[in-house]
Amino acid sequence: MINKVVRSLKEAISDIFDGAIVMISGFGEAGSPIELIHKLIDHGAKDLTVVSNNTGSGHVGLAALIENRQVKKMICSFPRSANSKVFPELYHNGEIELELVPQGTLAERIRAGGAGIPAFYTPASVNTPLAEGKETRVFNGHKYVLEHGIRADFSLVKCKTADRYGNLLYNKTARNFGPIMCMAANTTIVQAREIVELGAIDPEVVVTPGIFVQRVVHVSNPADESKLVAEDRRYPW
Amino acid sequence: MVTDEKKIGWEMNEVAQKVALDIPDGSYVNLGIGIPELVAGYVPEGREVIYHTENGLLGMGPAPQAGEEDPELINAGKKYVTAIPGACFFHHADSFSMIRGGHIDYCVLGALQISENGDLANWSTGEPKAIPAVGGAMDLIAGVKNIFVISQHTTKTGDPKIIKQCSYPLTGKEVVNRIYTNLAIIDVTNDGLVVRELAPGVTFDYLQSKTEARLKEK
Repeated sequence: MINKVVRSLKEAISDIFDGAIVMISGFGEAGSPIELIHKLIDHGAKDLTVVSNNTGSGHVGLAALIENRQVKKMICSFPRSANSKVFPELYHNGEIELELVPQGTLAERIRAGGAGIPAFYTPASVNTPLAEGKETRVFNGHKYVLEHGIRADFSLVKCKTADRYGNLLYNKTARNFGPIMCMAANTTIVQAREIVELGAIDPEVVVTPGIFVQRVVHVSNPADESKLVAEDRRYPW
Repeated sequence: MVTDEKKIGWEMNEVAQKVALDIPDGSYVNLGIGIPELVAGYVPEGREVIYHTENGLLGMGPAPQAGEEDPELINAGKKYVTAIPGACFFHHADSFSMIRGGHIDYCVLGALQISENGDLANWSTGEPKAIPAVGGAMDLIAGVKNIFVISQHTTKTGDPKIIKQCSYPLTGKEVVNRIYTNLAIIDVTNDGLVVRELAPGVTFDYLQSKTEARLKEK
């Protein structure tokens, strides 16, 4: 019998090891698996390389993971935002590495990693500092930059609905990086707002096929990150 | 200097209206964060324009009513938005396939600097203390068919933004098609920067005095 549903957040993330590459879904707070991240803070794995579009807000979620000195390097497209305080400070002090990637290149590198494509050419970043030192090639008279696929040891993803096979549905713009990050990790760990019986999700509308998911944990009422930030909450509580 | 321009040029919402007039019925459009967002408020009567936001929504509607905000329904600027009837959601790789694959017709972006051959710098001033952040700008300018820039004509300190060569790190080379500022609308052509329309009270000579790059009359 296949049952990817695990009983607890702790069980879901307990094998994340020091030095792991971890993808974390979300665009700002939308789609950020805050409960899985907080459990990873409790768990304590360090020297992580984190792939995520942003670097978190306030002192909760991804920002708290960074503040707890568990992240050695961030691979992202937009490491600052209105409420991001933690990353800028560590970056200025030289305490965290940054690999800055154009957002579409980041998405395609993750997709390629998941799809067995080691590298690809893209027009984004040609003639800019972000293409410096990278191989370029001309196709049909236009210049392109070689970018490499990314694979992760673990992906932490938030979704709306899951079944025990790991088939997933998302909610609105919280989908963002979730489906491609599910594809690109050796172990994909998903927190789902609801878990339904097999067959309850119409096969025609499954967004992430279960083959890309290894573990599902039920988090029925995930925290609202912007509220926690507005209240200046800090994790660990 | 800045006060002068406030008196004689267009207000930025009038500039946004000019941009909206140049976007044809049926276009798929991506609006950058900030001033470009104003454009959505001025779609002329009878035209249907579909807004793409790169975080995964085609058919973005206006901001929600107070109390109706959904933290999982946001735009690329992480502001609350709505989805129009007929909208669809998709993941990031699909979203940027729409962008790089040439499926989006118009992109309206802000600018720090624009050069006379259409180079755009809008993501970093290159200062060592600044946290570099690029987002989707480089993908947008690489893939969208028409790139419009909307911006104040000069910086807050009155320095020209339209210059011979960008000093800030580039977002892309030879990418801008048209520039809309509070003083004028300017086309980037193979023949250089051609002034398409002057704002009320602005003369060509005055515009040139606020522009480092050489301008041409239409």
